[in-house]
Amino acid sequence: MAASSTADDVKLLGGWPSPFSNRIQIALNLKSIPYDFIEETFTPKSHLLLKSNPVHKQIPVLFHHDKPICESIVILQYIDEVWTKGQSLLPSDSYDRAIARFWAAYIDDKWFPSLRQLTIFAQGEDAISAALKQIVEATAVVEGAFADCSKGKAYFGGDKIGYLDLVFGCFLGWLRLAEKVVGVDLLTETKTPGLVGWVERFSSNDAVKSVIQEPEKLMETLEFLKAMFNASTT
Amino acid sequence: MATSVVKLLGAQSSPYVNRVQIALNLKSIDYEFINENLAAKSDLLLKSNPIYKKVPVLIHADKPICESLFIVEYIDEVWTNSPSILPSDPYDRATARFWAAYIDIKWFPLFGELRQVKGEEAKAAVVEKIVEGLVLLEEAFVKCSKGEVYFGGESIGYVDIILGSYLGWVKAGEIMASVKLLDETKTPGLVGWAERVLLNDAAKDVVPEPQVLIEVLNKFMMASAKASSN
Repeated sequence: MAASSTADDVKLLGGWPSPFSNRIQIALNLKSIPYDFIEETFTPKSHLLLKSNPVHKQIPVLFHHDKPICESIVILQYIDEVWTKGQSLLPSDSYDRAIARFWAAYIDDKWFPSLRQLTIFAQGEDAISAALKQIVEATAVVEGAFADCSKGKAYFGGDKIGYLDLVFGCFLGWLRLAEKVVGVDLLTETKTPGLVGWVERFSSNDAVKSVIQEPEKLMETLEFLKAMFNASTT
Repeated sequence: MATSVVKLLGAQSSPYVNRVQIALNLKSIDYEFINENLAAKSDLLLKSNPIYKKVPVLIHADKPICESLFIVEYIDEVWTNSPSILPSDPYDRATARFWAAYIDIKWFPLFGELRQVKGEEAKAAVVEKIVEGLVLLEEAFVKCSKGEVYFGGESIGYVDIILGSYLGWVKAGEIMASVKLLDETKTPGLVGWAERVLLNDAAKDVVPEPQVLIEVLNKFMMASAKASSN
């Protein structure tokens, strides 16, 4: 979603299939912040990416008045702290904020790597079986986190979409793709009723709809990533 | 006897615990330190941090907060007395969080690699990566300090605490691997900073001496070897 931005001067260097990029796109949409979207070329990595994120050389990179901010979790908090009118992303209570940060780190450090293990790295029946067990367990933990954080309301953030909704929700396209590829539902009414209801609400939000990709569209990217991984290990 | 409102579950040899201690000291917060035997974790720890079962855990009015980076931010947000730990400017805050994540996720794990690597060539390769990281952190120090003595400027801040808490293990690593990591020629700013930061009132006597840490490590490795051979 590209829009000319003069007053705020915001640009996002990202990639449409990247959940970390999607995270920021949704946040900017939620806050009604106009921005220019710059699609990263990847092979090879653009000069802009290498210059603005020399340490990690990864998207997303947010540019605010031409100053780069890297790492999606850092960017989300930056956006929340600079654009303070309207909806807050992080909870206002300090304890709830600490809990939100904790679960965001769990999702990024434990849940998503389990999903990547299942869809990209695991080879052979045994490895796939082990990876599936791990992602199912991790998803059960996230269901528990949803129950704790939502406190009976619609979203991780309560009545409105918040930080954790973005942190987990950005993976929905990839989660759906994993379910198709492996032939197992990860979100079910019996095991994860909270998350099943949440997915419907989250996905139908205008800020989210145009950003999260259909699994079929991500298939080509998945094949590319698997090919790259296989090439690097032979 | 009144129960303390602020408790810290920890072990002195853990840099992650040290960083919380420094933050609490900086804010002059009274707290009860509950020493954990990491080989036999307490019920309180297992109940307070069921996901990771790790120290540190800060317990504030009976509510547990886990993960050292988030504990330090929590302390800064709840105790708003001076000094501030995170910078006030959002861009500087983003920069501080960026470097904290780099230090924890990319840089310090190299010390684990250094301990386990076999052979001189492989060891030299890891040492090179650690020093490259320090050169990046030197640049960060110059930019963040803006001519002052700490990453946080005039007083110690978030990155000072996050990186400073590792200094005991950095020195232990230098001794065990017989290498110099903090080098006057490559990272002069950081060498000066490293000498200064642990002398700060809040950090004094928190980070253990490298020899103490080497002993802790040796005990741990012997216990692991024994456990795996039984």
